[in-house]
Amino acid sequence: MRKIRLIIGREIKSKLTNKTFIIMTILAPLLITGFLAFMIKMSQSEKTEQNVLVIDDSKLFKDKLSGNDYITLSYSNQDLKNAVSEFSQKGYSCVLWISPTIIEGGAGAIKLFYKKSPGFGFQTFIKDQLEKIIYENKLKANNIDPKIISNSKQNVKLILEKVNDKGNTEEQSSFALFGFLTGALMFFFISMYGMMVFRSVMEEKTNRIVELIVSSVKPFELMLGKIIGVAVLGTIQFIIMGLITFILTTALSAIFLKDISSQLKVFETQQELVKKNGTNVDFSELEKFDDKLELFDLLKKIQKIDYLEVIICFILYFIGGYLFYSSLMAAIGSAVDSESDSQQFTTPIMISLMVGYFIASKTMLDPDSTIVFWGSIIPFTSPIVMMSRITNGVPLWELALSLSVLYISFVFTTWLAGKIYRTGILMYGKKTSWKEIGKWLFYK
Amino acid sequence: MPDILQIKNVSKKYSNHAALNDVSINIAQNSIFGLLGPNGAGKTSLIRIINQITGPDSGEIIFKGEKLNSNHVERIGYLPEERGLYKKMSVGDQVLYLAQLKGLSKADAKKRLTYWFEKFEMQNWWKKKIEELSKGMQQKVQFIVTVIHNPELLILDEPFSGFDPINAQLIKNEILELKKNGATIIFSTHNMGSVEELCDSIALINKSEKILEGSVKEIRKNFRTNTFTVSFKGNLLGFTNTLWAGGEILNKHTEDDVHTITLKLANGVTGSQLLQAVLPTCEIHSFNEVIPSMNDIFIMKVNQGNEITGTKSNYTE
Repeated sequence: MRKIRLIIGREIKSKLTNKTFIIMTILAPLLITGFLAFMIKMSQSEKTEQNVLVIDDSKLFKDKLSGNDYITLSYSNQDLKNAVSEFSQKGYSCVLWISPTIIEGGAGAIKLFYKKSPGFGFQTFIKDQLEKIIYENKLKANNIDPKIISNSKQNVKLILEKVNDKGNTEEQSSFALFGFLTGALMFFFISMYGMMVFRSVMEEKTNRIVELIVSSVKPFELMLGKIIGVAVLGTIQFIIMGLITFILTTALSAIFLKDISSQLKVFETQQELVKKNGTNVDFSELEKFDDKLELFDLLKKIQKIDYLEVIICFILYFIGGYLFYSSLMAAIGSAVDSESDSQQFTTPIMISLMVGYFIASKTMLDPDSTIVFWGSIIPFTSPIVMMSRITNGVPLWELALSLSVLYISFVFTTWLAGKIYRTGILMYGKKTSWKEIGKWLFYK
Repeated sequence: MPDILQIKNVSKKYSNHAALNDVSINIAQNSIFGLLGPNGAGKTSLIRIINQITGPDSGEIIFKGEKLNSNHVERIGYLPEERGLYKKMSVGDQVLYLAQLKGLSKADAKKRLTYWFEKFEMQNWWKKKIEELSKGMQQKVQFIVTVIHNPELLILDEPFSGFDPINAQLIKNEILELKKNGATIIFSTHNMGSVEELCDSIALINKSEKILEGSVKEIRKNFRTNTFTVSFKGNLLGFTNTLWAGGEILNKHTEDDVHTITLKLANGVTGSQLLQAVLPTCEIHSFNEVIPSMNDIFIMKVNQGNEITGTKSNYTE
């Protein structure tokens, strides 16, 4: 045990003092959240102050258009030509001209004059209001109450309820994308740390230090020490990365999602009101949120996820999957004599992980299909596929079966790997084939 | 001296060939033992079995009266033929780590490390990474790793290969000193000069079988061929006449009136008889028996072995 501890210690120390490793650990979450923030920022329109001079020749819109925090509107009866030539001197950023024939329609009925482009967000803001006012005007012209129209509109939500064996139903808050993301994360971690074991084994062999080490410790102990060492290292890295990501995303969501969460609250109180008072309520308040419904749904799903279950399963499957794959990686690392040969041997393992990844993506569309079920039982793919299913509610017996298969398999692969490893590390200068590796299993 | 190691009927097979076939060797305590043989003869296989890196298919090994087991690992030091170190690890950390794997406590390892670093004048290498060292410097580090835990038995596989003459001499001196301090050293080598210089006894392995074993002196004595070299001044013809049928001249050359003749005497004729016979005819400058070198013996025995198996295989064809 003392020797295994020494090996684990060395494995950890050699990586923790490695600059690339440290930089990766800190940089990766920074990059990911930074990228996320960048995307969100990009999607939000820039809010520059707009001071708009409205020349309404149709006389329909006077005082009906509304501004907001950064858009102010002022009306004028000025001649358009004068206004266009003078607006910037008078402190306006643009001129909005509405033609007298607006209600009859036709292109070019509304014009916006500017020196500096007011941006897309501003344009839609103005356009939407104009369209709505024209729409209501036309309805009124035909003696239709706009309220009737808005109250007749209805968004439909499909609620999934799964009936279990006892006949009880439960609402499925299935969040397929989240499942897939945890599956993908599992894929990423298993392949990353598996490769780390592979490299570490190969390094000792190509350095020619391994023979010296196995004269002091048993090859199996060395292999085990390495696998455990990388696992500890992975856990440390995972915790650091997780903490940084958590802090950053919390900060980010505080900045970006503040509005949305408060809107969600308003939306929910409105919904309650509708439920209480029926159709007599003015739906226009609720209608405002139509374009945000999906986002609200997402937020609710995120809040509903059973994180404890997800985290426990993730840890259990990561340990099992990592041990399963890293022992195979160690066996293969021992067979390889040079970096250039490594591809041939790592490819089959990477392919089997990729298969898991693809089945996990299938879970999003069809969570109860046969391939997804078997994918979550067979140990080559189960860590990835089961994670993608977890938010769908997996029966306990399936979880138990899948985990036991995985853990029994890893004992088997570790045993197998040990046999290959102790012969492989001492084989120099010969080009190894799969057949050759098969023979090593039977050496005494 | 009792035997530190008894190798008893050890055999080892790999899938398509036998690496060792019923090999038995005894190695006396506090001796320097040469394990000789051509490439691929099975030396490294035997060394790996002694180091418990692999196990024998049959046979057993007795270390100081006990069956070889994992507790003995800490009493054996091993310098493999394929030797290397972690390139990115510092010299100090590396040696400390390897010494601890051999069972030393960290404090002990540090103490010994300091001793060896001072001895080889490499105190300021501690923080250097292996990749920053020259090959000769790396070899010194490797040697320290092998001996740092004061092993009772040292196994050196081709210790001089790749060493420059200065380092090789340094290592030779260390080997002799370790022996003086009580250690037993086994080394495998192709360098027959070093065998004659250092080894007390040897075993020769060829084609997975032991074909010769014994003390270097004994072996060389046994391989004497009754051959002598005589240098003299005088009449060459007179000298050869006195030989009659008692011997056969293998080689002769003359330089500044001094003739040097190598001759093989007939069975039953001794060196002193030869000397008596030729003494009246010439003035003797030197008279030596030609004792075959280990190199000659090695080549002869290995070739013999190859011929035998060679004819065998021809025969079966």
